[in-house]
Amino acid sequence: MTPDSAAAPVLSFADASLGFGSRILWRGLDLNIRPGEFLAVLGPNGSGKTSLLKTILGQQKLDSGSVTLAGAAVRHGDRRIGYIPQQKLIPAGVPLRGRDLVALGVNGHRFGVPLASRAVRRRVDELLADVGATAYGDQPVGELSGGEQQRLRVGQALAGDPVLLLCDEPLLSLDLQHQRGVSELIDRRRREHNTAVVFVTHDVNPVLGMVDRILYLAAGQFREGTPAEVLRSDVLSELYGTPVEVLRSGERVFVAGVPDGHAEGHHHADPHRGEGAS
Amino acid sequence: MDTLGDLWSSLFSFENYGELVVLLSNSIIAAAVLGIVGGLIGVFVMQRDMAFAVHGISELSFAGAAGALLIGANVVTGSLVGSLLAAILIGVLGSKARDRNSIIGVLMPFGLGLGILFLALYPGRSANKFGLLTGQIISVDIPQLGLLMGIGVVVLVALLVMWRPLTFDSLDADVAAARGVPSRVIALAFMVLLGLTVAVSVQIIGSLLVLALLVTPAAAALRVSSSPVLVPLLSMGFGLVSALGGVLLALGGSLPISPFITTISFTIYVVCRLLALRKRGAGRDRGAGRNRGAPLAPQRAALKSAGS
Repeated sequence: MTPDSAAAPVLSFADASLGFGSRILWRGLDLNIRPGEFLAVLGPNGSGKTSLLKTILGQQKLDSGSVTLAGAAVRHGDRRIGYIPQQKLIPAGVPLRGRDLVALGVNGHRFGVPLASRAVRRRVDELLADVGATAYGDQPVGELSGGEQQRLRVGQALAGDPVLLLCDEPLLSLDLQHQRGVSELIDRRRREHNTAVVFVTHDVNPVLGMVDRILYLAAGQFREGTPAEVLRSDVLSELYGTPVEVLRSGERVFVAGVPDGHAEGHHHADPHRGEGAS
Repeated sequence: MDTLGDLWSSLFSFENYGELVVLLSNSIIAAAVLGIVGGLIGVFVMQRDMAFAVHGISELSFAGAAGALLIGANVVTGSLVGSLLAAILIGVLGSKARDRNSIIGVLMPFGLGLGILFLALYPGRSANKFGLLTGQIISVDIPQLGLLMGIGVVVLVALLVMWRPLTFDSLDADVAAARGVPSRVIALAFMVLLGLTVAVSVQIIGSLLVLALLVTPAAAALRVSSSPVLVPLLSMGFGLVSALGGVLLALGGSLPISPFITTISFTIYVVCRLLALRKRGAGRDRGAGRNRGAPLAPQRAALKSAGS
């Protein structure tokens, strides 16, 4: 499904700027994301990908400009947004089962005596089935694999029936099979429910077939457009201010020659640099 | 032989035991309530990785109690003031784990030193002094016992009411905040509840041994279960058995109750670890049969043919 270009945008950045101290992350960002659209946010470490998500979540204020969700300024804890965090393995010994993790998305924000109603249990069952996690819904989360835990987190993020899904490196440290499984869940959601997706990643390849548009952040600037428009040697060379080569191999894209120093002092040892589109 | 007999009778002498139980029924009930509360909050202490914070708070609680003793104020009140001050400081300054540990490391010796100073200046009976460090519930009077129990009930109810947001925040604060959980309020409220519980526990088993009621029962429960219902229930049960058992055994002798409580709670922990070992051993055998049975079969066949 192509995103409905006539529909009002779910998320809008207007002339938005953000920086820390003298360092500019991005400036003059204008961006409209429409229902059902899949936007991948790429860029080296320290280029402001996660900060972008934080501004959408209302946890980080812009230096100037505005960011709006369905026409109104974003606010903290907006339940129309589903958030899938970086894959952090939940350790063994956490007293929660798979279904409890999903249930937190349904009523985890609610105060009151923690007795699950039948309606909540039914909703959790639905969500478990949606993300294909019914089989391990009753197992302790700490005993599940990273991929299984991430499926549950997708279920948790879908619990509020979001209009916008924010994904912060959700495939990090998953094997190929689970990368495919989790990204297909996210893709299916936006196709079936017209949910917009903002997907931060260092490697665009697992989602390349799903992406409508790319926002590429680097060196205090950005480029935005379809994958064919942005993932080009001349475009990225101009963005980085140094010759960068975009290589294609079958369905996969690689960016070679990204200069050092674009980590801006953070994460010097980035194992992904030079691999994938980062 | 005589000394051994003396030792035994100082440990256990159950003459007039029934009368003692009746006489001290308030202390016994208070210990039971606090065992339950400690077991319950311990589940979150473990999930939020705050065992060290418990110890830090208890040392400032000791300083507060010693200060109150010195100026002739209510010891429970003093202990509460010290406890809450420490808990709020740690909560406000140490929202990140690393900051938190350094702040506790700085506060704890300061609190302990202050407490020792106050005790050194205090001219009264030395039994009172020692009690603050190692427990003294038998000597707590009835109005104060009521206060302790009231605080315990408040903590219990508050924990139940904020159960879900607290669980969410303990598991993944970022996602919880994104989903509308007021993380800062939750974190601070939890520290206040922890401060209250510590202040109350200091009265029973003393500031040095608070961990035996606030950490050990939950740690034991987490060894044998991962159920969100069973873990808190088990932990409360373990806390109850430790506190109640400690008081009832101590009644029979002239020893303080704290070594009984710590020994019971430690024993429960060891038993739970052993149970977990056995369970995991059994699980591994099953897992091996399920997961590795098929790929192993050709290898076995190969080994056999190589051997023959």
